[in-house]
Amino acid sequence: MASAAEPLREGGATRRGPLRRDPGRGIVGGLIAGLGNRVGIEVALLRVLFVVGVVLSGGLLLAAYAIGWAIVPSVDVRGRLVPARLSGWAGRRGLHLGFGVGLLALAALLVFRELGLWWSDALVWPLVLAAAGAALLWGQSRSRVEGRAAAPELPPRAALTRQVEVGAHEPQEPSPFLELYRGGFGIALVVGAGLLFLSQNDALGGARDAAFTAIVAIFALALILAPFIWRLGRNLASERTARIRSEERAEVAAHLHDSVLQTLTLMQKRAGDPREVAALARRQERELRGWLAGDRDDSGGGLASALTAAAEEIEDAHRVKIEVVSVGDCDLGPDALAVVGAAREALTNAAKFAGEGGPISLYAEVDERRIEVYVRDRGPGFDPDAAPADRRGVRESIVGRMRRHGGDATIASAPGAGSEIALTIDRESAR
Amino acid sequence: MSASSEPSIVIVDDHALFRSGVRAEVEGLLDVLAEAGSVEEAVRLIGEHKPDVVLLDVHMPGGGGAEVIRQVARTAPAQRFLALSVSDAAEDVIAVVRAGARGYVTKSISGEELAAAVERVRDGDAVFSPRLAGFALDAFAGSVPEAEVDPELDQLTMREREVLRLIARGYMYKEVAQQLDISARTVEAHVGAVLRKLQLSNRHELSRWAVERRLVD
Repeated sequence: MASAAEPLREGGATRRGPLRRDPGRGIVGGLIAGLGNRVGIEVALLRVLFVVGVVLSGGLLLAAYAIGWAIVPSVDVRGRLVPARLSGWAGRRGLHLGFGVGLLALAALLVFRELGLWWSDALVWPLVLAAAGAALLWGQSRSRVEGRAAAPELPPRAALTRQVEVGAHEPQEPSPFLELYRGGFGIALVVGAGLLFLSQNDALGGARDAAFTAIVAIFALALILAPFIWRLGRNLASERTARIRSEERAEVAAHLHDSVLQTLTLMQKRAGDPREVAALARRQERELRGWLAGDRDDSGGGLASALTAAAEEIEDAHRVKIEVVSVGDCDLGPDALAVVGAAREALTNAAKFAGEGGPISLYAEVDERRIEVYVRDRGPGFDPDAAPADRRGVRESIVGRMRRHGGDATIASAPGAGSEIALTIDRESAR
Repeated sequence: MSASSEPSIVIVDDHALFRSGVRAEVEGLLDVLAEAGSVEEAVRLIGEHKPDVVLLDVHMPGGGGAEVIRQVARTAPAQRFLALSVSDAAEDVIAVVRAGARGYVTKSISGEELAAAVERVRDGDAVFSPRLAGFALDAFAGSVPEAEVDPELDQLTMREREVLRLIARGYMYKEVAQQLDISARTVEAHVGAVLRKLQLSNRHELSRWAVERRLVD
């Protein structure tokens, strides 16, 4: 079914959405092809089953096909929805069509009766009646849901073309009189079919068949109530969706107000100080990002997030930009904590002495054996062997801290080329 | 290298403010032929102007940058794209790189750096920001089952890893070359090879990222 089904794939929903006829691939009306699309069974197999079913059911299935053809909307070659034959039921054309289909089905039934492909009058006629009544009820429930989704200004026929996936918000009921009439007619048909069936089987007189009577009555009742219950469930679901949506919107609005609007006001006040404005914008950006990532990425607690937090703190304190890239992650054991502490010192050092030169890079890589962290700045650089006293102090604290935990720190720098501090430590588990 | 005049670009981004910002920043460095604010407009304008490089936003309504690449590729498979994004999420970046972008930079990049990146993409090279290098290292970290491994695509060579790590540490290409004592051209070659692997490898980390992105859109 690959090649012929191609156009349908364009809107993946058509394949798994409600039942649609597919005349492009069908032989007669495309109903079986549409059914195949819907349930994902090979169409040829369905066709064979259908033919077998027609013979076994004495032609009843053929009538069901005709009804299905009439009430199931179809898609055209491009996968667009075409209204059901009977969806314009109130319109003149729809009425004629429905009438014609009914007559044709009746004729087919009579032909089968003459040919002897028949069970008994007692079974077939009540079933035909019940099917017609059920079709009316179902059709009514469907058209009401679709009517709601359509925009009010659209003419009824166009309105019914609108595809409905979720219940919509603006109720637009069709004429209540027509609805009542159709509903009552459908119920009468189904109930009548049940009674006819019972009387033809002589079940009305004898109490011995009370159980049988009850079963048939329940069946008829279920047939009547099913569409209403179905619609009720759908309305409840759509109401719930709408409520969740409005709650979410309120939450977003509150958040934007608390954070973004406040920051924007602050930035306008501090417009004269570019560094302050940049720092405010960066802090807000980080906060918003964290909020957006929110529940999506719950990586809190590891080395990577500890390093990111340290970098953000220093960004705020020194108004510099730090770009953090991390590969892999691990829990915050003593070794990892030592690395975070040393990295913080290194970042502070870089922010103090080289913050003007451009962004500071922090790169962390964790594998099974070791943790490596690099802090690189684009400042003026220096000769490590002739480091000024204040820088040597910081260096001692970084190198000293790493050595105490069994790791190492090296500093590479040259005047004019920035500097880079490398922190390495073997992981405890690997020692 | 066809280092002729300034490279021509088309800017694709659904935010007009950002487009005019980029245009102002690359004034005199790049030749901006057109701006597009939607996927359809982008496909049409790229077809009309045939720029050297398309500056492409990752996030746009209607499928995002990846969708623009897919549609343009049907008629002009040689068109070169450079992805530009505020997003740091791996799945965003990987999705657009796998669709065919030759590089990725963040929107905070300076005008000069952006112009240099565009030039590199025009000349057929790949542009890796430190973050993209980190993603690549992440994606190719760990081992894959022996039976499924395609060494050509599913693993990085030692040298490629070294180059990526230096880029992730904030080194410029020429600094990478200096550090490893190789030529700048060789660095370009390694980065290009990594880009190819990012685009073609079936490692599940890469597929997962790309798939997540498409579901979210």
